[in-house]
Amino acid sequence: MASALARTTYNVFFRRSSNYLVGIFAGAFAFEIAFDSAADRLWDMANKGRQWKDIRSKYIQAADSEPADDEE
Amino acid sequence: MFTRAAYTTATRAAFRAPTFAQARNASTQAANGAFGADRKAAAAWFAKAAAGSAILGYGISNYVVTDDRLAPVTKAVAESMTALQKKAAEYGIEMPFTVAHAFSTADHGLHPPHYPWDHFKPWKTYDHASIRRGFQVYKEVCSACHSMEYIHYRNLVGVSHTESEAKELAAEYEYEDGPNDKGEMFMRPGKLTDPMPSPYPNEEAARAANGGAYPPDLSCIARARHGEEDYIFALLLGYCDPPAGVNVREGLHYNPYFPGGAIAMARAIYDEVVEYEDGTPNNASQLAKDVSTFLSWASYPEHDERKKMGLKTLAISAMLLGLSVWWKRFKWSYIKTRKIVYKPGKFDEV
Ligand code: HEC
Repeated sequence: MASALARTTYNVFFRRSSNYLVGIFAGAFAFEIAFDSAADRLWDMANKGRQWKDIRSKYIQAADSEPADDEE
Repeated sequence: MFTRAAYTTATRAAFRAPTFAQARNASTQAANGAFGADRKAAAAWFAKAAAGSAILGYGISNYVVTDDRLAPVTKAVAESMTALQKKAAEYGIEMPFTVAHAFSTADHGLHPPHYPWDHFKPWKTYDHASIRRGFQVYKEVCSACHSMEYIHYRNLVGVSHTESEAKELAAEYEYEDGPNDKGEMFMRPGKLTDPMPSPYPNEEAARAANGGAYPPDLSCIARARHGEEDYIFALLLGYCDPPAGVNVREGLHYNPYFPGGAIAMARAIYDEVVEYEDGTPNNASQLAKDVSTFLSWASYPEHDERKKMGLKTLAISAMLLGLSVWWKRFKWSYIKTRKIVYKPGKFDEV
């Protein structure tokens, strides 16, 4: 009835509460990274050339050992 | 007394009616919907109803209740209302009717048009190159009269200038610091933590130098004026000759966007008063656009981050909404598909 994948998922993540909890935490962590980087990518695409990081290279002098904290 | 015998044949007959499930089906799945037998009939019904109301509405408003016929009625109503209001006022009663006020753009300032700022779009940041040019306009033009005491050089870092540029800009001015170990105040070159230099030591000096008018601090000016950057842009370029019959006092300038029309600030933005380093044309409207963008940023420095977070929030909320709809249907599917059947049991008649 259940496909092999569904069965494995059930056995690994849902069967034991401890696994379930770890799964939730790991899932949240992975989701946040994936979601944030996707959102940032889209945002930077929509705002190409408008943000400081896009024009920064024009003003940074080579001789400057600029600390990185003038990023946004 | 009330006994089981009260179950008459009628009661039992009622319970022998079709099951609840059948009754429910009968009411919801009957062949006839509210608007016709099927979808096609319902659509036709709506089409006919819409066409009928359109024709009826057009006919009534054009041939029956015409403006000519309506005018005397509205006039009579308005007059009797006014009369009622006056009569009531004689007895000290104030009627809650709206009183017409003359609204004059000369008193309140002309509304600025809505300019197509790119950063008004929900998914757009400020144009940081424009902020940088706007800062240059502020520094070379506006800062002669206006302070920006809540904007510090460090605020420019990572927004429009690199750290070393901001340090250089700050060091162009001397700031009072101290006391030193002899208890004396001393002057030192500016640092990143210093605010934009104020042109006047205090408000009185500013007023004295500007014919009694105080050039407001520009740190939060976009927030502080209706129309925000639209207003600033329109104001900066809005100077013109006063219309016939309007006298502008000596030392004031006519600007229809300024409430009252007479502003103590002279026109400050002209073509080519600032030389841009990035090759952008420096005509007056470009300068005004850039300085308005800069002032808007100064009022809303969190703008870019706020919009990004807002969009992320909406995206997550949309996912959660989808999830909760699915969850609700999942939980309710059991209730929605069950069938309740009533089987009358055998009664022991007493
Ligand atoms: C010569 C001095 C001077 C310069 C230069 C100057 N201003 Fe002004 N500004 C004033 C004075 C004085 C007022 C007050 C006007 C009043 O209240 O009648 C004022 C008022 C304003 C106001 C507020 C108007 C309101 O609605 O109350 C804004 C916004 C403004 N200035 C922006 C600017 C900008 C932007 C620049 C640079 C492009 C600039 N000003 C340059 C003197 C100046």
